[in-house]
Amino acid sequence: MEEKKLTVITGTVGQDSHTIGVSLLSRFLKENGFNVVELRGLTPPEDFINAAKETDAVAILISSLYGMGEMDLAGFKDKCIEAGLGDVLLYVGGYLKIGRHDWKEDEERFKKLGFDRVYPPGVELEGVLKDLRSDLGEKQIP
Amino acid sequence: MKHVKFLVDLGSTFTKVVVVDVESERILGRAQAYSTVDTNVMTGLLKAMQDAKREVGLVKVDREDVVACSSAAGGLKMVCIGLVPELSLKAGELAALGAGAKLLQCCSYKLNHRELSGIASISPDVILLVGGTDGGNSDVVLHNATMLASSDMSTVIVIACNKVVQEEVEFILGSSGKQVRLAKNVMPEIGKLEAESSRNVIRDVFVKNIVKAKGMEKVMEVVKEVVMPTPTAVLNAAKLLSEGINGDSGLGEMMVVDVGGATTDVHSVAAGHPVEGAVMKNLLPEPYVKRTVEGDLGVRHNFDTLLKLGEAKGVLDKQDMEEVKSLINPKKLPENEEEALLDMKLARIAAEVAVERHVGSLEEWYGPSGRIMVQKGKDMRGVASVIGTGGAIVFALKPKMVLRGVLFDTKIPHLLKPESPQFYIDSKYILYAIGLLANFAPRKALRIGKRYLEV
Repeated sequence: MEEKKLTVITGTVGQDSHTIGVSLLSRFLKENGFNVVELRGLTPPEDFINAAKETDAVAILISSLYGMGEMDLAGFKDKCIEAGLGDVLLYVGGYLKIGRHDWKEDEERFKKLGFDRVYPPGVELEGVLKDLRSDLGEKQIP
Repeated sequence: MKHVKFLVDLGSTFTKVVVVDVESERILGRAQAYSTVDTNVMTGLLKAMQDAKREVGLVKVDREDVVACSSAAGGLKMVCIGLVPELSLKAGELAALGAGAKLLQCCSYKLNHRELSGIASISPDVILLVGGTDGGNSDVVLHNATMLASSDMSTVIVIACNKVVQEEVEFILGSSGKQVRLAKNVMPEIGKLEAESSRNVIRDVFVKNIVKAKGMEKVMEVVKEVVMPTPTAVLNAAKLLSEGINGDSGLGEMMVVDVGGATTDVHSVAAGHPVEGAVMKNLLPEPYVKRTVEGDLGVRHNFDTLLKLGEAKGVLDKQDMEEVKSLINPKKLPENEEEALLDMKLARIAAEVAVERHVGSLEEWYGPSGRIMVQKGKDMRGVASVIGTGGAIVFALKPKMVLRGVLFDTKIPHLLKPESPQFYIDSKYILYAIGLLANFAPRKALRIGKRYLEV
């Protein structure tokens, strides 16, 4: 039997259509053995959840570069729990809030929203991959 | 007389026969006889055949020259079981409708016992079991297979789920004595629709099973074969007439509106890609050949719905509401001008609403980067042709008045209805026959269709 690849979902959420970053991330994850379902730009939060249900995804990686991420993703973790996806890893990255502010604020805020990892813009892809592998390992997902 | 073919539509409200001379590309005659579900299919068939033979002056017709499509015994009754309503279940629905099915129930996620007994009480002809992308979710479809295995239904089950567990699902169902057929996963990955394989398998099951239905052995003495469900024949005709065939041009991107007594069907053969810089955002792509069925928009069976819609749209008034009572009888044809006028209004509402549900829509989104136009479904504004068929259009006082209901409406500009199509009326009621003929003589079928559709 062929080795089962783990599936992850990627895309930019809400009305954000800045997809270059998330495309690079998707390609990088594919090259490193993941099955990546790319929902690309302008993706409603519910679409991430539906795609994850149908594909048995282990993680959802969301990019938001237009400053409205907090609004788009309010209640996202709760929706995942409701949809039976409580164990799915949630990562978010990008310009999560408009204006000059301390990055730590963003991280705190989104961790409170239920995201497992929060990244600033321009994050190194290797770092994300390392986190993903280690988080999956902790959850004992092969 | 090998070039004279009798093309039959069995078991619709009227059983119809169209006689074509394939060689000269002409229609020699047509006949129809009332056929109800409760009376024998045979009565209508014999009467219609008799009348058709008389009209073309033939005494005897070889069984070899009679081909039929059928919606006898309520059509191809189907139930679809899938996972997420907007994804695999939707893909399954599209496949079933494209196969010409009458979709009676759709169930998402894990079946419960109540749903299971509901399905059993419908006793569908085919169950389409889907769920999970390839390599994706498997526990839901395995659960559903186990549930189906525990029931005593003898329905054929078409398995078009996550390929990783297809064989396991087949084993679960097969070892409990179910008849199963395999098809490719209807949604192998997110954003990919693979309906054709399921469609073909469903149609094959239909063709094999229809001859075993009650009363059909007599029919098969008259008819050589029943090759497809009636809606598939109409869909086939639409595809052929739209695309044409090498050297014989088609009528371009197309929509067919079929207003009937029990349902209103809309078929489209069009890509429907966005124009004017809109972005398309569908988790599941829209099929190029798409059929939708509105079970609440039949002009004889759904007065209540049509009246409500008509009132809301300001097309019907109090007087119409009173008059409509005289039409409440599925067999009834309009007897005077008032009734005919009212009948036409009802058909127009049905056509209008059915098309509004079929076509895509545009939504305006406002973000920090300004306005974005997002399209869901197919943009049908540019279709070249619209064909009207079904009794309520063909026999309407003014068929084109009914068809105008399908046109783009500036009051609801977000609904992407056809803007300036050429109207064709299937006045000789030949569309199903074109679809049947397309099976063995497509070029002839195309030419006959183009000749006899009324502009």
